[in-house]
Amino acid sequence: MASSRSAGAGRQEPEGRGTVSGGLASGVHYGALVVLLLFLIAPLIAFLFNAFAFRWFYPQFIPNEISFRAWATVADPNSKVLEAFVTSVGIALGVTLASIAIGLPAARALGLYAFRGKRVIEFLLLAPTIVPGVAIALGLNINFLRWGLAGEPFGVGLVHLVPVMPYVVLVLSGVFANYDTNFEDQARSLGARPLAIFWYVTLPAIIPGVMVAGLFAFLISWSQYILTFLIGSGRVVTLPILLFSTAAGGNAALTAAMSLVFIGPAILVLILISRYLSGESGAVGGFGKI
Amino acid sequence: MTHVLVDDLTKRYPGSEQPALDAFTLDIPSGSLTAFLGPSGCGKTTTLKMIAGLLRPTAGSILFDGRDVVSTPAEKRGAVMVFQNYLLFPYMSIGDNVGFGLKMRGVPRQTIRRRVEEMLELVQLPGVADRRPTQLSGGQQQRIALARALITEPNVLLLDEPLSNLDAHLRDEMRDLIVRIQRDLAVTTIFVTHDQGEAVVLADKIALIFDGVLTQYAEPSEFYLRPVSGRAAQFFGGTNFFPAVRRGSVVETPIGSFAFDAPYAERAPAGESVLTIRPEQLHVRGANGDPNTVTGTVRSRIYVGTYTRYIVRVGEHDVEVIRSADTPGQINEGDDVHVHFPSDRLWLVPKA
Ligand SMILES: Nc1ncnc2c1ncn2[C@@H]1O[C@H](COP(=O)(O)OP(=O)(O)OP(=O)(O)O)[C@@H](O)[C@H]1O
Ligand SMILES: [Mg+2]
Repeated sequence: MASSRSAGAGRQEPEGRGTVSGGLASGVHYGALVVLLLFLIAPLIAFLFNAFAFRWFYPQFIPNEISFRAWATVADPNSKVLEAFVTSVGIALGVTLASIAIGLPAARALGLYAFRGKRVIEFLLLAPTIVPGVAIALGLNINFLRWGLAGEPFGVGLVHLVPVMPYVVLVLSGVFANYDTNFEDQARSLGARPLAIFWYVTLPAIIPGVMVAGLFAFLISWSQYILTFLIGSGRVVTLPILLFSTAAGGNAALTAAMSLVFIGPAILVLILISRYLSGESGAVGGFGKI
Repeated sequence: MTHVLVDDLTKRYPGSEQPALDAFTLDIPSGSLTAFLGPSGCGKTTTLKMIAGLLRPTAGSILFDGRDVVSTPAEKRGAVMVFQNYLLFPYMSIGDNVGFGLKMRGVPRQTIRRRVEEMLELVQLPGVADRRPTQLSGGQQQRIALARALITEPNVLLLDEPLSNLDAHLRDEMRDLIVRIQRDLAVTTIFVTHDQGEAVVLADKIALIFDGVLTQYAEPSEFYLRPVSGRAAQFFGGTNFFPAVRRGSVVETPIGSFAFDAPYAERAPAGESVLTIRPEQLHVRGANGDPNTVTGTVRSRIYVGTYTRYIVRVGEHDVEVIRSADTPGQINEGDDVHVHFPSDRLWLVPKA
């Protein structure tokens, strides 16, 4: 750990630039990658140090003593961390499934068919990515209170769909843009019923896109703070909500440990989906449309 | 073995004025091999898809053995379509592709495996069951697509341009395979093509379609001997067309008057029409003075191997004549020749 940290940006970059095979351009690429990696990994390392540190003060470079106190707190039911974890997973999974279920037919229509008002719909779909979530949540809050959805995980999941849907539909409609419906006709002609067609023909063709869309949905829902805060009315405690209040409390070790609990599943999901993110799967085609 | 009756079938795609298929009526005998022939965009695939149940007709009915199947969904209709570009499922092995139809019908796996092997034998590709579609050539994929359709023992087999994606020698091979299998299984088969030669060689009967309208439905030879229109004649390689007026059994044209044979005379349109005769039915003669003979000058001579094609200038008109290679007597460009129009080969079509 220590060595990887000391080999900071200052030393790694000129080294990369000097690579014999690549020349200047690939050297710059290489250097940029290293910087990017450091940006991604450095906070994690800091969290790791913090989460296991005991009495770690400046100017010590690494903590002298290791402690599991923060983790004991995380595991303690009184801290509600695990409860929040379960709530977060539940909402994110629900949002993921719902967004795919709604997004598939919508994306299919957008990707395959030309119809009047298509461009308007495409624009409206992108709108939530431009309008701040707070504005939407504040607007919905009153209605959600009236309908009894505020303060309920279901209501929170519902409002998560607002920032999630644009990404899901965008990715999926990219998949359908290169989709040949004749395969479905062929299957039908051979005797396949609608459900079998979906399972044996449609799904295998679009699964990479579905996975990537699902990844976005999960991560966006997983990291929602402000929407959960406003619609959850303090009664739906997800990990980000708990994390914020802990961070405000000033316990660095506990905050770091909870951050790791928060980041872990996100990275796990990313790794599980990563094979679908490779260029050849074509799943990222949706971005061509932005 | 299913008798197919298509009655007054019409398809109008949303947003287009002209129907893609207009009042199409056709009686297809059980166990026959029928060709849908016509230029690109005439509505062949549209018709095939409606028979398959993949496209809803705007009007009209489709009867299988007297039973209207228009409201029967494709998966229950038993009319299996093979698409022009094979459409093998890329995520499945060849064996799973061929067995797909049986799997959908809940046939036990052992039986499917046995039947798949049988079908692969039938299309002369044994032992490829474990391969992937991309590991086969275009011709092989086409045969797998055929096997995949046949394994379900369809009532009606619908082939959309089964030969058009293949190169010349594969095309002959596939054509023979289709004919052999069709005869063996006696499955009512409709295939689409825009190649008249292919239709003539393969089909028991040809349905010639222009602009969504059935122009002529007949045995192949009829299209050579008795085309219903100038366009039909042209589609089958007819090149000689002369404005004509029929009076009784005599036809007057700008290149001369011809006696018309009695059996055809009554059926031919009276008054203004168009005289047509196939280039291979004309004879070049030495002697003048014969009835039904015109005189002209050879403008060009094209040697095509098994035959020679001559363009003879008669007055203001060109007459095309084909002579088989072993016809005696040399004819050269610039020669004056006499072209004989046999009275029993003259054919009148309505003026366009
Ligand atoms: N989905 C559709 N929507 C609108 N018009 C269509 C559609 N499919 C086909 N058409 C039109 O209907 C007509 C007939 O099309 P069809 O595909 O049946 O022709 P085809 O005879 O099979 O031609 P080809 O030999 O090129 O395959 C064409 O003018 C075509 O443009
Ligand atoms: Mg077609």
